[in-house]
Amino acid sequence: MSADAADPVREMVDAVYRSESRRVLATLIRLLGDFDVAEEALHEAFAAAVERWPRDAVPANPRAWLVSAGRFKAIDAMRQRARFDASVAKLAREIEMHTAETATDGPEVEDDRLRLIFTCCHPALPPDAQVALTLREVCGLTTEEIAHAFLTTPPAVAQRIVRAKAKIRDARIPYQVPSPADLPDRLDTVLHVVYLVFNEGYSASSGAFLVRHDLSGEAIRLGRLLVELLPDPEAMGLLALMLLHESRRTARVSAAGELVLLDEQDRSLWNREEIVEGTALVERALASRRFGPYTLQAAIAAVHAEAPAAAQTDWAQIVGLYDVLLHADPSPVVELNRAAAIAMRDGPAAGLALIDAILARGDLQEYHLAHSARADLCRRLGRTADARAAYARALALARQEPERRFLQRRLGELRD
Amino acid sequence: MRYLCLIYDDEKKVGAMPKGESDAFMGAYFAFTEDIKKSGHYLAGEALQPVQTATTVRVRNGKLSTTDGPFAETKEQLGGFYMINARDLNDALQVASRIPSARMGSIEVRPIMEFDQP
Repeated sequence: MSADAADPVREMVDAVYRSESRRVLATLIRLLGDFDVAEEALHEAFAAAVERWPRDAVPANPRAWLVSAGRFKAIDAMRQRARFDASVAKLAREIEMHTAETATDGPEVEDDRLRLIFTCCHPALPPDAQVALTLREVCGLTTEEIAHAFLTTPPAVAQRIVRAKAKIRDARIPYQVPSPADLPDRLDTVLHVVYLVFNEGYSASSGAFLVRHDLSGEAIRLGRLLVELLPDPEAMGLLALMLLHESRRTARVSAAGELVLLDEQDRSLWNREEIVEGTALVERALASRRFGPYTLQAAIAAVHAEAPAAAQTDWAQIVGLYDVLLHADPSPVVELNRAAAIAMRDGPAAGLALIDAILARGDLQEYHLAHSARADLCRRLGRTADARAAYARALALARQEPERRFLQRRLGELRD
Repeated sequence: MRYLCLIYDDEKKVGAMPKGESDAFMGAYFAFTEDIKKSGHYLAGEALQPVQTATTVRVRNGKLSTTDGPFAETKEQLGGFYMINARDLNDALQVASRIPSARMGSIEVRPIMEFDQP
């Protein structure tokens, strides 16, 4: 919506678009049974608002007005087409009859945004399509914005979205909140999509930095929405994890654009509000006793957040949390992180033995962070030649520019 | 809506099952079929003979070619199918997940293309 700033009603329509368009869309998809028809109806409804609200005053419940206008416009459009196609006439009648009562009110409407999220993140859709569809339909990003954020082209994103919508329609993926039996697995997929979006925004520090920053903002907004709609401990844990990471954003990149590791960050730059909110969420999730890997990772981030200086970090507690995490969600990366925490608690030799065991097993051979962690421990043990070799191996594997510069710096320091 | 559930199994693994195990496997199939007949999902279902019995034909430029076996060597082979009637994909996936081979092989679930009757 491009606004004529002088027009207060037009500004109001724009504000309603920003705050309500996704909710209106979510309800229209349920009523009309098709993503594309619902999007068309959404645009028709806002076009009608622009025309009618200045004349007839802004309705008391703009969202209900928009849903009902969109539904009416869609049925009307079907009737027009029905003159050429009898099956469309039948569909229009069915939609009109079955949606009159529940169109704009009731508990159904409250669940529509959850239906939309679960449908966009249906495991029958490929992961990159889940991400693109969620950003497009739930967050309202344009295909251009999504393409920019994922360093791809708008036609590539558009194609992903078109294919996903076609599969939803043709394979009949239902517009539903999963049954209680399926909910844990399905929620995992949703949380994974949200975390992917967050990481894409958080770990990027190349040219598109600002746009990608918005991506972690979108992920946090999605996280908040999930916690609001479905207060599951892991949803809280994920939101907490994202907030606690986000709180360090300013501190983790130096003025010169260089990566700053956790132990060297200026902790006065950490965002206190995000830490307070994140920590409170971790505590709520832990208290539920039904928490999982996201909550545990958030708990680890919270322990870091409460240390006034790196040297005051409670490493014993962090190792304890990694022990639980390794049990809940075993993976070589978690093992690696636990080894780094052990090195901080018991000294570099203890950590190095664990990392060497992981590498000897053949896991993480191609993972640059395993080699840079190993290099760091060798450096602290005075094994300069080993440290140098491990940094060189990490550098050969690392792809992101700030990480590469960091590793080059460390290598340079060892030459002196 | 109709869905075809294509059942893929590792024939070597199935063929190497000891008698007791393979009887239990077949029993599970009979019970499953009964089950989806009762629930109204079942439309049709068959098991196929092993892949060595397969023959592939193609016509290129009007010329018929007949070759032994399937097109490509894969770890799992098409071993049977069910045609089911399901409310939506979630319902179909729920049924497919109960096919005994889902536990050792895999099931591909494909919606049937419906053409408008003239």
